[in-house]
Amino acid sequence: MLDKFGIAKRIAKELKDGYYVNLGIGIPTLVANYVPDGIEVVLQSENGLLGIGPFPFADEVDPDLINAGKQTVTTTIGSSFFDSALSFGMIRSGRVDLTVLGAMEVAENGDIANWKIPGKMVKGMGGAMDLVAAAKNIIVAMQHVDKKGNSKLLKRCSLPITGLGCVKKVVTELGVFDIVPEGFQLLERAPGITVEYIREKTEGHLLVVGEIPEMVI
Amino acid sequence: MLNKLVANADEAVKDIRDGATIMLGGFGLCGIPENCITALVKSGVKNLTCISNNAGVDDFGIGKMLQTRQVKKMVSSYVGENAEFERQLLSGELEVELIPQGTLATRCLATGYGMPAIFTPAGVGTEVAIGKEIREFNGKQYLLEMAFDSDFAIVKAWKGDTHGNLIFRETARNFNPMMAMAGKITIAEVEELVPAGELDPDCIHTPGIYVNRIFQGVNYEKRIEQVTTRLKS
Repeated sequence: MLDKFGIAKRIAKELKDGYYVNLGIGIPTLVANYVPDGIEVVLQSENGLLGIGPFPFADEVDPDLINAGKQTVTTTIGSSFFDSALSFGMIRSGRVDLTVLGAMEVAENGDIANWKIPGKMVKGMGGAMDLVAAAKNIIVAMQHVDKKGNSKLLKRCSLPITGLGCVKKVVTELGVFDIVPEGFQLLERAPGITVEYIREKTEGHLLVVGEIPEMVI
Repeated sequence: MLNKLVANADEAVKDIRDGATIMLGGFGLCGIPENCITALVKSGVKNLTCISNNAGVDDFGIGKMLQTRQVKKMVSSYVGENAEFERQLLSGELEVELIPQGTLATRCLATGYGMPAIFTPAGVGTEVAIGKEIREFNGKQYLLEMAFDSDFAIVKAWKGDTHGNLIFRETARNFNPMMAMAGKITIAEVEELVPAGELDPDCIHTPGIYVNRIFQGVNYEKRIEQVTTRLKS
């Protein structure tokens, strides 16, 4: 079973040289720590920064320089700043190659719910609806089951939808899944996890074709 | 002669009346008009509709106006950092309209560009789409979203000149340029105000034509929500 760092490491293997990437808050942010050697990616922050650098040293913290999670960051070689409209312009017009975000639920048809629990949580969608409506390639990083043990990979989302049919891939502590017309296609198992265990924890239709390899991270 | 200079935040906001709709620039606590927020709290104006990406934190930013119950309605994309906001909302004291962040920015832009509405894919198939016109272009569905109509826009810039030209700094730019274009009256507070002619025309982010009032702010706290650092190894 993977921990959150393992999930981030596995997703980092999906990065390709030259990608512009938007990383959501939480586990997706950790992906930046595992960019494979020898490739260059540019991280987009929807509050108006292309080229997110590492966290600052204590003596270089700058209140005017934050990421979309409101954390202090730095710039890097080739960075640029822009306003919020342009930021979502580059997202909507398909310039961002990969979006990684968290979710509360993903359905077997690629629907995602990650912004609201009616009557309980009031936070808002931030930029998630814009991102999922336009991104070409969306990977969801999340826990496979909720705190009560219920599957978060569902036939249909029960929570308010963020976007329809947009998720391409899901990486959880149990495995890697592609969204295909038949449902969740299991591509890789997390270390020590069986196909039977994954099947038990997946409410949506699980497609298993042939021998499923254990992932290498 | 252009006369946009006002003495301070109190003078800049003095004709904002009860029930007004105001836009406030900033992302989180970054690039927010601190001086004008303080002045609005002091003025005691009530029943405001505030259009701003976030609602501040409990004791800073727009959160200060929530504590004094001056806000009737918030129009935002993300309000997760404010416990008082959540309490007022769940108890029904506060109205909120949550809209996608890109839609928020682009609706401001539409106003400043003199366009009545935009089409965006964000929110199709979600509760954001309820009651809105959907149009299909090239096989994909888009929502019709209206340009904003706001009595005032209040923005914060790094530098400005007496003609109202503005330059923003780093990610403190965020919503400020689009909101500056979208108010019927736009108020700009700046960290450094210089005479017209001193800023390089090639470097202006917001041309002064969009700005009605400008002043140099004081005592910027620039609070950081999440100080994250790395260690020197």
